[in-house]
Amino acid sequence: MTVESTAAARKPRRSSGTKRASAKRTPQPQSSEPPLVQLLSPEGERVEHPDYQIDLTAEELRGLYRDMVLTRRFDAEATALQRQGELGLWASLLGQEAAQIGSGRALRDDDYVFPTYREHGVAWCRGVDPTNLLGMFRGVNHGGWDPNSNNFHLYTIVIGSQTLHATGYAMGVAKDGADSAVIAYFGDGASSQGDVAESFTFSAVYNAPVVFFCQNNQWAISEPTEKQTRVPLYQRAQGYGFPGVRVDGNDVLACLAVTRSALERARRGEGPTLVEAFTYRMGAHTTSDDPTKYRADEEREAWEAKDPILRLRRYLEREGLADEAFFTALDEESETLGKRVREAVRAMPDPDPMAIFDHVYADGHTLVDEERAQFAAYQASFVDADPAADAAIAAAGAAGGPGASGGTGVHEGDR
Amino acid sequence: MTVQKLPIAKAINESLRKALDTDPKVLIMGEDVGKLGGVFRVTDGLQKDFGEGRVIDTPLAESGIVGTAIGLALRGYRPVVEIQFDGFVFPAYDQIVTQLAKMHARALGKIKLPVVIRIPYGGGIGAVEHHSESPEALFAHVAGLKIVSPSTASDAYWMMQQAIQTDDPVIFFEPKRRYWDKSEVNTEAIPGPLHRARVAREGADLTLVAYGPMVKVCLEAAAAAEEEGKSLEIVDLRSMSPIDFETIQTSVEKTRRLVVVHEAPVFYGSGAEIAARITERCFYHLEAPVLRVGGYHSPYPPARLEDEYLPGLDRVLDAVDRSLAY
Repeated sequence: MTVESTAAARKPRRSSGTKRASAKRTPQPQSSEPPLVQLLSPEGERVEHPDYQIDLTAEELRGLYRDMVLTRRFDAEATALQRQGELGLWASLLGQEAAQIGSGRALRDDDYVFPTYREHGVAWCRGVDPTNLLGMFRGVNHGGWDPNSNNFHLYTIVIGSQTLHATGYAMGVAKDGADSAVIAYFGDGASSQGDVAESFTFSAVYNAPVVFFCQNNQWAISEPTEKQTRVPLYQRAQGYGFPGVRVDGNDVLACLAVTRSALERARRGEGPTLVEAFTYRMGAHTTSDDPTKYRADEEREAWEAKDPILRLRRYLEREGLADEAFFTALDEESETLGKRVREAVRAMPDPDPMAIFDHVYADGHTLVDEERAQFAAYQASFVDADPAADAAIAAAGAAGGPGASGGTGVHEGDR
Repeated sequence: MTVQKLPIAKAINESLRKALDTDPKVLIMGEDVGKLGGVFRVTDGLQKDFGEGRVIDTPLAESGIVGTAIGLALRGYRPVVEIQFDGFVFPAYDQIVTQLAKMHARALGKIKLPVVIRIPYGGGIGAVEHHSESPEALFAHVAGLKIVSPSTASDAYWMMQQAIQTDDPVIFFEPKRRYWDKSEVNTEAIPGPLHRARVAREGADLTLVAYGPMVKVCLEAAAAAEEEGKSLEIVDLRSMSPIDFETIQTSVEKTRRLVVVHEAPVFYGSGAEIAARITERCFYHLEAPVLRVGGYHSPYPPARLEDEYLPGLDRVLDAVDRSLAY
């Protein structure tokens, strides 16, 4: 595989040409868009690509459709739960279902995923219970799942940090002589982070079996991609000495085929690949964001015509690969999922206050023990407020002993 | 041979060698740690004996070094990372503070981060800017990290063994101007706990608390004070997070006076934390306020001025005199 294109910087899509200070100093705009791997057109027609083929059964195609529909339903439920005050925040993946399901279904069980905070579709593919994703957005934890249960690392909020973790993990995979691969998710905004650049350097130098999967959703909160780069992002790979490819991020088949190919390349010991999934963030950055301040409705409408779920449905219907009973049953399954998520979130209890002191260290720390004991004693001092609750709190903290300075009794239970 | 007289740098080298030898998951990573053996030769000969797969020369990118060490730890390795100089750690500060320190808690204890970050630190070697700093308080402020610094070859050897065996991230501050100081190391001794302070000299009139490079200065100050009839007790802290306040408290309840000495700037330094907590614990024992001797609130000065900036014997004794005058 080679870098897909060496074309010079294109004309940024959203800048008015007249605002350019000097045409001489600006790379000349290319007349054509960079190549985009596509296997399913927005109209739902199969198209061929010389480098990427895919041959899925009807059941597999229906499976991808189901994954995308259920992910979107879960995502909509989470947005609603935020609006109802059940979640503090939600980062919607609306519009990015194909990029996530396509890449997520390319993975083997022994592969390892390092996500951002928006990879709800990938989490779904990994078998992480959707309700587990919501704890951090409700504010009851910072990530409630065991990363090693599903080889799906915790959501990383600091932009780009996880690409280095993925690279280090992949270095370890190579040391172990395993043929697993690692995939790091990040976005167009993260592409500007030094950690992403360093992860490209390290993975190239050590030939690490890692796939960098960049969902270019065109927006980093309010900043369009041209505020991050003067070249198409996939071309960055060339400078580090590994291939880059741009794929239609709203085409689940292309995302699956391209990611699968990149993962196989990693397994063969041929090193990293950068996949740029060209997609669109249909919603706000998060529920705290207001895109009407910075982008035009027309742009969103243009991308609606490229909707990842709609195009696969058109294909399934045109080819007779799914009948009405399938779609009806899926609608029911979606509603059941929404209801389950809603109920699970509403039933999610606030953590015990003593949880502040849990898991700060694996091997204990005397200051944490001391502060835990002080806090427990403080809580227990409110004897008149609610004797039953106070008794429970006192019991929880008693092992450390009120006022104890170096007690380790409580901590033992945390290990 | 179980008891040898070794320089601190060689004691660390021997400790790393033992760790590489006994645990196949231990890795050494850093800039120039391979063929060169590090700019201070602390990893000298290790790549030759354990190979490039265990002793890894990394690209020149500190965030990348720590970030990939985190990934390797998640895969089950125990990376020991070298940051070449104290002032070069800051590109990695984000990975250390936002990821390394917090990931165990983020995962509700389900993953562990046994990463050791070695940082040669402190001044006194006549270096250019960024090569003489003492940033330990910037790390001690962060929950999830453990911070230690040895002052003897024996501690350097054993504390490194214990740091590597710890399931938490440890920042291991190495007193670079003491790298060549020799003392006895018993490689078959049974070491005490990693985070327990050590009474380096017993005394009756005043307690000096120090760690790393300042322990030697305090020992010299105590010898000079003895000639004037003053008996100083010295507590070698060894660990800045957690801090063994019990040992300090025991000493201060005996001497009733405390001076904390470190190279790092006094303002918001570890001396402030020790002063506050010992004042709480020993309020009715203290005959004088806890005093601090350390760097000033200025950038680390050019080398020709560092003898004025760094706490030396006279600055320590000046603080001792002021404390005793109360």
